[in-house]
Amino acid sequence: MAYSDKVIDHYENPRNVGSLDPSEPDVGTALVGAPACGDVMKLQIKVNPSGVIEDAKFKTFGCGSAIASSSLATEWIKGMTIDQAMSVKNTHIVEELSLPPVKIHCSVLAEDAIKGAIADYRKKQEQKA
Amino acid sequence: MTLKLPIYMDYHATTPVDPRVLDAMLPYFREDFGNAASRSHSFGWHAEEAVEKAREEVAKLIGASGKEIVWTSGATESDNLAIKGAAEFYKDRGNHIITAATEHKAVLDTCKRLEKQGFVVTYLPVERDGRVNPKALTAAMTDKTIVVSIMLANNEIGTLNPVEEIGEVVKARGAIFHIDAVQGAGKIPFDVNRSRADLVSLSAHKMYGPKGIGALYVRRKPRVRLTPIIDGGGHERGMRSGTLNVPGIVGFAKAAELCRLEMEEEGRRVLALRERLRKGIEARVRNVSVNGSLEHRLPGNLNISFAFVEGEAMMMALKDVAVSSGSACTSASLEPSYVLRALGVGEEMAHSSIRFGLGRFTTEEEVDYVVGLVADKVKKLRDMSPLWELAQSGVDLKQIQWQPH
Repeated sequence: MAYSDKVIDHYENPRNVGSLDPSEPDVGTALVGAPACGDVMKLQIKVNPSGVIEDAKFKTFGCGSAIASSSLATEWIKGMTIDQAMSVKNTHIVEELSLPPVKIHCSVLAEDAIKGAIADYRKKQEQKA
Repeated sequence: MTLKLPIYMDYHATTPVDPRVLDAMLPYFREDFGNAASRSHSFGWHAEEAVEKAREEVAKLIGASGKEIVWTSGATESDNLAIKGAAEFYKDRGNHIITAATEHKAVLDTCKRLEKQGFVVTYLPVERDGRVNPKALTAAMTDKTIVVSIMLANNEIGTLNPVEEIGEVVKARGAIFHIDAVQGAGKIPFDVNRSRADLVSLSAHKMYGPKGIGALYVRRKPRVRLTPIIDGGGHERGMRSGTLNVPGIVGFAKAAELCRLEMEEEGRRVLALRERLRKGIEARVRNVSVNGSLEHRLPGNLNISFAFVEGEAMMMALKDVAVSSGSACTSASLEPSYVLRALGVGEEMAHSSIRFGLGRFTTEEEVDYVVGLVADKVKKLRDMSPLWELAQSGVDLKQIQWQPH
């Protein structure tokens, strides 16, 4: 498959690979996808008291565009408020990475991962309150 | 010797033309360009003479006689002609066809087409090692079975079917036995009489010959009949009309001759390289598994799954090495390899498979380079794999509620 230069760049130099401690109250974690489908993304955010995503990390099992989609997602949401991050759409990722139609599900998974991590963070905040 | 990149390790997809093959072909593009069907001048006679000599040479590779070789455009056409041609010709005897779940698409999709026309097809499952069990075939045979199509060697996992035992079963019931020998012929000893084959598909470009030329062996004693699928000038005894690809045929014959003469030595050498690759990877990478029988396998094939690493990402990481993967992400269908699934390989391991195909021009330096590269890249990809992280922390991945999408 001929990928865009941006996919190849994210694949070869992935941003924000790693893990945050999921037990921390200010960390939200999402694990989306399934091994049987060939892609699983773990995306984590660390949110400061003013609601800004201070740090984001990912680990992805998947093809080049799944890795690139999650790498791009973490790069984008770092520095956003969680409300801003909620508005990141898979179509933005498709556009930025010029993903071919057969790879659109990778961007959907990345959007799900962002939303999942925020939901996990919010749940923790509610439990704390 | 300095290593030249990229490295070709996809010999099941195609092989480079051997320079000796090209040399044999060149005169048939230049001075001897005649149409083998031209009976009235020396250009035609020369071409025809070359074609008939080539027929004998290709036949010799599989223990056949030249009269039993029908030229085609390649293996896909040979498979189509064999199965459709025999099914159509023998349909008065029955309507049942048997093949295996791991066959090439040229066989499976041909069978599917025949199903739409009213034939009944049984797709035999295979054993965990990737091979057809002759007992399963015996059980599937009925009085209505007219054609059985089973491959010699699998194109993805390189496993070899027990074609001689299968031939016994097929002929005991009087059905027509077709073997797709595309991947095995020229690599391992194969004989049409020992396997009791009636029809055998061959392709030149899998054995260091040119693309666009193939052959179908059609048994003469006892005579096997086919209904042609291409009509026209009545070439190839009416079984396959169309002007013959003379340079291709000459190249095919030279390729077959070289395979026949060098098979033993080459088989040993390629097997040693394959084992060097396998042992090298296994020594340096944990959690890998070879797909399919190691014992009954083409010398140049290694199909291996790297747990917790996705195949397409792995292929991107091995960008200077031409390999292929059973991962869904390499196909438009998003389904992982149907061959690996037929072996009972889990979907996640099918997504993690890489096929290495070694051959005539593979070197030890290349193998050693690939071993090192594979070890590095698997480590890199596992470092970014959430599945690897979970497995390392003792989580059983099967207990997680995944959300298939």
